[in-house]
Amino acid sequence: MSQTSVPIRSVADLANPTRFLALADRAIPIVAGMAAVVLAIGLSMSFRAPEDFQQGITVRIMYIHVPFAWLAMLCYTLMALSALGTLVWRHPLADVALKAAAPIGAVFTGLALITGSIWGKPMWGTWWVWDARLTSVFVLFLMYLGIIALTRALDDPGRAARAAAVITLVGFINIPIIKFSVDWWNTLHQPASVFRLGGPTIHPSLLWPLLVMALGFTVLFVALHLMAMRNEIWRRRLTAMQRLQARRAESRAD
Amino acid sequence: MSPHLLYVTAAYGLSLAGLVALVGWILLDHRTLKRSLAALEARGVRRRADARHGSDA
Repeated sequence: MSQTSVPIRSVADLANPTRFLALADRAIPIVAGMAAVVLAIGLSMSFRAPEDFQQGITVRIMYIHVPFAWLAMLCYTLMALSALGTLVWRHPLADVALKAAAPIGAVFTGLALITGSIWGKPMWGTWWVWDARLTSVFVLFLMYLGIIALTRALDDPGRAARAAAVITLVGFINIPIIKFSVDWWNTLHQPASVFRLGGPTIHPSLLWPLLVMALGFTVLFVALHLMAMRNEIWRRRLTAMQRLQARRAESRAD
Repeated sequence: MSPHLLYVTAAYGLSLAGLVALVGWILLDHRTLKRSLAALEARGVRRRADARHGSDA
């Protein structure tokens, strides 16, 4: 297997994909194990938490819907920072990070839309409404799909990286729109109730399970992102080796 | 099963299905890449960086 044994002495060494692979190989089992433990604790807390006096048992959907929505935005923010890494610093891992994060972000955004829709039916009386919050998250989902398509459409990795980075940065304007949509426009969606000036409006008996679940899904995201980045580095090595093999075959034929 | 419990079950079930599909896709991709790289290396194909004892990717 391709070499993964270069030592890591400082954070800057992680710019080297070989050193990143060495770190990822060691970190992935630990981070994945942590995600499983925190999510198990979070699920246990979520199903032991009291029902909401108005929403009843459907409040349990909050413990997955809200972390999915947070991660949908966190993942895109990470991709925007990676895009800066590609365009400004030409960091060798920045494009790998962006490309690897996009499918994970798309899944979390899709799950936020699906669980929100399932929660909306009993609480609002409708599966879907084209209001500011729901529409802006749907636009985020479409942007993820567009970036996934773009990163795989061009054969030249350098051109694909720059194009994806520019589109990702332009699309970042949607993140504050999603966050503040509930304040700027009339919407069925409730306003911010955890991260807000004046503190959370949720009772601690419901807030703590939510925070633990959010932490668990965030750690899961880190594990999945590390795994997807490792795959992407290997994919690039495989392509480079296949080209090398093709050139050797051509030179032998001549 | 109460109608509200049905909504909760559907939300958790679909989320589990989505996450299992994502993890499965990443693991399958990992296995396919690992096998392809091992097959190329078995045929003696080495990256120039590996030939120089891996100073870069």
